[in-house]
Amino acid sequence: MNEKKMTGDEHYETMIAEENICINENIVYDKPHDALYSTPMHYCPGCGHGVVHRLIAEVVEELGIIHDVIGVAPVGCSVLAYNYLNIDMSEAAHGRASAVATGIKRVLPDKYVFSYQGDGDLAAIGTGETIHTCNRGENILVIFINNGIYGMTGGQMAPTTLANMKSSTSPFGRDVQTMGYPLKITELVAQLPGTYYVTRQSVHKAVNVRKTKKAIMNGFLYQKENKGTCFIEVVSNCPSNWKMSPVESNKWLDENMLPFYPLGDIKIPSNSSKNNGE
Amino acid sequence: MKKEFKLMKGNEALAEAAIRAGCDAYFGYPITPQSEVLEYLSREAHNRTGMVVLQAESEIASINMVYGAAGTGKKVMTSSSSPGISLMQEGISYIACAELPCLIVNVSRGGPGLGTIQPAQSDYFQSVKGGGHGDYHLIVLAPSTVQEMSDFVEFSFELAFKYRNPVMILTDGALGQMMEKVELKPQVERFHEEFNWATTGRKNGNSRVITSLNLEAEKMEEINIHLQKKYEMITKNEIRFEAINCEDADYLIVAYGLVARICQKAADLAREKGIKAGVFRPITLFPYPYEELKNAAKNVKGILDVEMNAGQMIEDVRLAVGNELPVAFHGRMGGVVPSPEEILEKLEMKFLGGSNE
Repeated sequence: MNEKKMTGDEHYETMIAEENICINENIVYDKPHDALYSTPMHYCPGCGHGVVHRLIAEVVEELGIIHDVIGVAPVGCSVLAYNYLNIDMSEAAHGRASAVATGIKRVLPDKYVFSYQGDGDLAAIGTGETIHTCNRGENILVIFINNGIYGMTGGQMAPTTLANMKSSTSPFGRDVQTMGYPLKITELVAQLPGTYYVTRQSVHKAVNVRKTKKAIMNGFLYQKENKGTCFIEVVSNCPSNWKMSPVESNKWLDENMLPFYPLGDIKIPSNSSKNNGE
Repeated sequence: MKKEFKLMKGNEALAEAAIRAGCDAYFGYPITPQSEVLEYLSREAHNRTGMVVLQAESEIASINMVYGAAGTGKKVMTSSSSPGISLMQEGISYIACAELPCLIVNVSRGGPGLGTIQPAQSDYFQSVKGGGHGDYHLIVLAPSTVQEMSDFVEFSFELAFKYRNPVMILTDGALGQMMEKVELKPQVERFHEEFNWATTGRKNGNSRVITSLNLEAEKMEEINIHLQKKYEMITKNEIRFEAINCEDADYLIVAYGLVARICQKAADLAREKGIKAGVFRPITLFPYPYEELKNAAKNVKGILDVEMNAGQMIEDVRLAVGNELPVAFHGRMGGVVPSPEEILEKLEMKFLGGSNE
């Protein structure tokens, strides 16, 4: 055979060409086809949004609740989530996703309602709505993607931007003396009696993707119990605005984001066995 | 069926009418002079019809809850007063673009700023010309009695669903607070209609989306053209007004809401003095009765526009009658309500060479 050392991709292509492995018996994973459109996503390579979308679609399909789910998309990179998730969805004004979700859930209490929000949306402009939705214990699931930056507008400082972290509006690093401290809003809402299940996960490694999926599954299942708000933070990356490759960004996330935003359950229902904490 | 009458405050009559109209949900935040709406509904609504009543953390949250709930095809409303309505403007713009039916009540008070808690009509421009960002219109109804505060609720929902458009009842603190006899309508069942645009959980293969976003300019223009066509239809079909003693009038007083009733008294006083005055009262402020006002003013010598503001509707009065006719203005601001006597005095001064006395 070829003496030249092959790259991974070349090796893979050669394998496909020689052995024709793309046959049904060999399929070990297939993405959801009902809850997820097959359209390509606009997210940057390596971004966590696509993974979380896929997990939501998988959970919705596995629970068989596709006709009973209504999602709320925020202003931010995931503003077009409804172009990818084939479920009923409502777009919300910046920061107001949990208020919109409240309105939906209050008039359709038997449906599964979730909001999908980024850090700027949920923890800056929408902090009031976030706190009060959780404090009222609205029976909704809040999925909070925290990548420490405003992605869609091009990399400005977010409430969750780490101390000394550079962004386009903290070009010399976030100076906590003048710009404030990174906000641990997940720990904050966990203090409220209205929250039922609060956890922090990530999707930067396969093992974490599995845990996040379990958390989302719990978040939907708990809605049937009507006992309060489920809140899942997903610590994510932003390769484009962090100005890193996808692989570098995941390494940076591991080394910088996770020490400040540690993974695991923060609040779990006392009588529950659906614990997937660390 | 025996008619049901009750002595009620305007705010309470409106709240009672919402329950009876089969309203599904109310989201609101306390602000004077309209807090009775939230209070009355908190007390009465849920036990009687199962209606959802929720005190939100702000007017911003209220209007976004309305947006969410309205997207499911339910009858939803909120109420507030001027500063609170200002806070809602972003949400109202989203609702207008997403074409969601809902009712927004503004029991307005004097501004600008924190202003006062006394009645005013200084939110006319905000209500009628836009208020939030973008090209959109609310259907705006202006009641002048407590009876109309009650009657316009069901009518608003009718219009809101007919056109998939937010409707505003624009009233003021005096009408909200004053008590009058009201004939109450019978209770309507809350409806459970399914709409093909509402997000209630995916029905078949394709999901429904409530949104006001389109990143392609040409598509966004199409949405705008569609909205403008809808506003033309509304203008064609839904103009409401009242003309009192206008047929033989030499002078028209144009006013809306509570002020129109004060003007009616002024017109009566004028007629006692031999001055033939009539009152033209627009009931829909959008769509505005331009043609109807023009017709009513065909044979008059002058128009006096009276408002509780610095002169806002007068621009529409001038649009209606053009430059042929003298249009004078009398306005009180900051929460002051004009008296019939001062309106008559103004009419005489402007058109009859000063007071007759």
